[in-house]
Amino acid sequence: MNITYIILIPIIPFVIFLFLGVFYKRIKPAVSGYVGVFGLLASAILSFYAAYQYFFVHGKVDGVYQTFLKKSVWMNFTDTLHIDMGILIDPISVMMLVVVSVVSLMVHIYSRGYMKGDEGYTKFFAFLGLFTFSMYGLVLATNLFQIYIFWELVGVSSYLLIGYYYTKTSAIAAAKKAFIVTRFADFGFLIGIMIIGYYTGTFDFETLNNPEGSAIMNWAATSFMGLSVITWALIFIFIGGAGKSAMFPLHIWLPDAMEGPTPVSALIHAATMVVAGVFLVARLFPMFYFVEDGFVLKIVAYVGAFSALFAAIIAITQTDIKRVLAFSTMSQLGYMMLALGVSGYEGHEGVGYMASMFHLFTHAMFKALLFLGAGSVIHAVHSNYLKDMGGLRRYMPITNITFLIAALAIAGVPPLAGFWSKDEILVAAYEHNKLIYYVGLFVAGLTAFYMFRLYFSIFWRKDTSYEKKPKESPLSMTFPLLVLAVLSVVSGFIPFSEFVTADKAGFEAHLNYPLAVIATTVGIIGIILAWIFYKKENNLSDKYARDFGPLYKWACDKFYFDEIYMFVTKKILFKRVSAPIAKFDKQVVDGTMNGIGNKTVLISQKIKGIQSGKVQDYAFAFVVGIVVIALVFIYLWTN
Amino acid sequence: MDILSLFIIVPIITILVLVFTKNLKQARVVSMLGSVVQLVMAINLVFAYFNERVVNDNIMVFTKDVVWFEHFNIHYNIGVDGISVALLLLTAIVVLAGIFISWKMYDLPKEFFMSLIVLSVGVYGFFISIDLFTMFVFFEIAVIPMYLLIGIWGSGPKEYSAMKLTLMLMGASAILLVGILGIYFNSNADGGALTFNILEIAQVNIPYEAQKLFFPLTFIGFAVIGALFPFHTWSPDGHASAPTAVSMLHAGVLMKLGGYGVFRVAMYLLPLGAIDWSWVFIILSVIGVVYGAFSAIRQTDLKYINAYSSVSHLGLVLFALLMLNKTAWNGAILQSLSHGFMTALFFALIGMIYERTHTRDISKLGGLLKVIPFISVIYVIAGLASLGLPGFSGFVAEMNIFVGAFQQKDTFMRVATIFSISVIVITAVYILRVVGIMLMGPVKNEAFLKLKKVTWYERFGILLLLIPIVGIGVAPLWLSDMILESLDPFIKGLL
Repeated sequence: MNITYIILIPIIPFVIFLFLGVFYKRIKPAVSGYVGVFGLLASAILSFYAAYQYFFVHGKVDGVYQTFLKKSVWMNFTDTLHIDMGILIDPISVMMLVVVSVVSLMVHIYSRGYMKGDEGYTKFFAFLGLFTFSMYGLVLATNLFQIYIFWELVGVSSYLLIGYYYTKTSAIAAAKKAFIVTRFADFGFLIGIMIIGYYTGTFDFETLNNPEGSAIMNWAATSFMGLSVITWALIFIFIGGAGKSAMFPLHIWLPDAMEGPTPVSALIHAATMVVAGVFLVARLFPMFYFVEDGFVLKIVAYVGAFSALFAAIIAITQTDIKRVLAFSTMSQLGYMMLALGVSGYEGHEGVGYMASMFHLFTHAMFKALLFLGAGSVIHAVHSNYLKDMGGLRRYMPITNITFLIAALAIAGVPPLAGFWSKDEILVAAYEHNKLIYYVGLFVAGLTAFYMFRLYFSIFWRKDTSYEKKPKESPLSMTFPLLVLAVLSVVSGFIPFSEFVTADKAGFEAHLNYPLAVIATTVGIIGIILAWIFYKKENNLSDKYARDFGPLYKWACDKFYFDEIYMFVTKKILFKRVSAPIAKFDKQVVDGTMNGIGNKTVLISQKIKGIQSGKVQDYAFAFVVGIVVIALVFIYLWTN
Repeated sequence: MDILSLFIIVPIITILVLVFTKNLKQARVVSMLGSVVQLVMAINLVFAYFNERVVNDNIMVFTKDVVWFEHFNIHYNIGVDGISVALLLLTAIVVLAGIFISWKMYDLPKEFFMSLIVLSVGVYGFFISIDLFTMFVFFEIAVIPMYLLIGIWGSGPKEYSAMKLTLMLMGASAILLVGILGIYFNSNADGGALTFNILEIAQVNIPYEAQKLFFPLTFIGFAVIGALFPFHTWSPDGHASAPTAVSMLHAGVLMKLGGYGVFRVAMYLLPLGAIDWSWVFIILSVIGVVYGAFSAIRQTDLKYINAYSSVSHLGLVLFALLMLNKTAWNGAILQSLSHGFMTALFFALIGMIYERTHTRDISKLGGLLKVIPFISVIYVIAGLASLGLPGFSGFVAEMNIFVGAFQQKDTFMRVATIFSISVIVITAVYILRVVGIMLMGPVKNEAFLKLKKVTWYERFGILLLLIPIVGIGVAPLWLSDMILESLDPFIKGLL
């Protein structure tokens, strides 16, 4: 299969970034919008073409999807270790190309309406280009180091876009927090890469992931503190992934990241960048599965399940609609992680892997839709808070319907997309780990509940009297909503198990009816509860909030994780480490040096009397000196 | 005339012409022309070097050897390998950028530019010397003008800073001289004549006892100027008092003499000493790396932040040199280059900000992105480069260092390595702190709204420094391979 043209997919947005960035001042805003949209359209068309070629024409040989590679050396470390740049085409990278293209294109179109009149309009599209480029580079990476490079680049694009409203103090703090927390996770990731490089002698996914290759076969060769070094490496790599995918306890940056413009939240903090962690685990799945008999996968599963539950509980209590969605994203990412964690490798055993990727795909569609819908609402009422909304269904029919579709999809109501992918996840969990299954099931109920709490509170509940009558958003914004709504309905019917599987061979997936019925029932119960609580204005929710008392308050304050981190960074690192070091440097280290200087001056002052300036003294010293030297010479001479 | 001697002769001619200039306009044009010629020569040297390498596989190429002081066997002996070629290029770029940044140096312009170029003569000479003694002479030539440049054109407690800097560097020189003489007097260990020629000494088996004695002297002697903890304190005060171009040259080029000298002299000539002593200096350099970064978090003066950041970044250079393998050494040289460009760029930007706002205190600045967008955007880019973002030179250098360091497998080295990797987080903290406080946010001071826009010569200076940062970051292969090839003779001494 010829894959050369695929290089163009990332190149196009990069060129857009350079073009808009360099000619920033000279371009009219309207032009930059079109440049972005049409550029992305080209990338999207190429991605779809690539997907078609790969999945339906050339990709499959003897029933197994092949991997295609194209790469060249970027930098040499040693004779064997080097960083390559290139593209790797396999089922998950092609699938991610489609996801990134679709969401990015929709966000570009949407932003033309949403960002209209903003003074940084061109800058915004430039940053979007940079992000899209980096994300393509990440999903196409051929080796660990390449993925790390683009990993950092998506991180910095995220930083720039969260801090887009750079005069707002909260946005600055949020951007900084997002970057530093993920950087901390990347510190782990980097150590993991180093370990892998040192012990296996390669960074290439091809070699690492080969089940018969030396990296996997020899995992037990060296061990450290009771675990194989490769296991440690995978744990560290997972820390990196957990940081990017906002897994507990590295999740604290994601809710704050909502300070960015809403299209950015949809693109980066819901559909694409945050799934990079899931993608990373999937990318190295054979290693995770075979090394130490899947020890790290168990960690992945529990972290994922706990994050899913933790975030879903918090989501119920939040009143900022973007934060509800942020916690929802975290919860769904946990879902994807847990699916990977409970997955096997071959055939139907690998249903978890398939389900995770499937959910990644469908989630990208309906979560992007939810965010863009929320953006549409915010655009209309100029507030993020539920208290300022209500009854909006009358004013914004398209937003209402599309939002409802997305909410039904995420709640897992058949036949929408979320139902299919979530069902597969629950099947995988049920087959491997009952505890995780029940957590997943409970989270499914919570998801339906908080999502419909959100939906009813925005569009029903009360007839808020608005100062300015909210209007439906312009076509540039509603069009992407409609497209994504259609995708949220139909993407569930894609037979994912044919295309994206752990062993790349494809298998028949069947709906497991009992489990599907249970999951759907739980979801519907959630919806009904939300209906009772939030459809009409009443004080039920306040009453129950009071009954739950401290638990409600903890959840509302996000279990105080922000405060804990603040304590560690501000009070301990800043006050107890950094400040004393600075003081130590000034007073002790520098003081010693100055002390030496001052002592020298003192000594010279003491002995400077010798240099009296009187000729007689010098003459005296001179004579004495000559006599001494003469005596020494004579002494030496005679011996 | 051979193409290396020109690197000394051209600046000397420039200085001679400067004597006859009458005012700022003439002085700066002359200096600029001289430096442009220098830069063209440096770029030409890179190409010439690649061509020469194809046919010539000596350790040093373009060599020239003239007896200077026969009695002690001192020669004017010059030549370059990939490492010195890269550093010459760095010097030429930073000097030219420094001259652009000093375009409006109204106080004693002639003398200022002369001192600046004298300094550059020392640096060029240092990088091309093969003879230890000549090298030491050039080292001193580079250090002495610093005293004048800070003492006369500086600001704040300039006499104190200049004195402190000079005394500490001179003290180090004294130690270094002992080390060099120690090497010299052992260079006949295999029965030959005493020599200062580095290449010849490298072939000699200097006795283990002597190596053990003289390695720390040579190492410390050079490393003080490379900001080795705890001998780094001259650097923050010195930078803070120095005028912009001097800070640029100082941090960008002069501090590189330290790492280069450590590598070329201490590590190359005394490999057994290096193996013996490495643990001590690894501890010191790792402390420097982490400690510098933590100190930088707490500073409020932009120049202090950058000075401590330099302590951290250059600590990595020394750390990498002590890892005793090619990958880490490659990283050390790349880090020297990368830090040279980055820190010069930082000081240039800090100078521009100071010139406009008359303060370097970040708590008094705010919202600069709105008022001086060009400078601020470049500052953000420089900051991202400094925190090791891929696509910029810092990433390339740091990754070589970390991967190289990871080849050392005993626990002590592993712990040291992980500590040094942790700076990727701490650096992000202090860089983003400055960006957040100083560049973003609302405009703090009404007076800032009327700040002068960036001028053409400032743009030139900035772009000169930015291009290599991005260039190395995006396409590192040619440079890193050029350096990597030159490292072979060094590794042989250790095997």
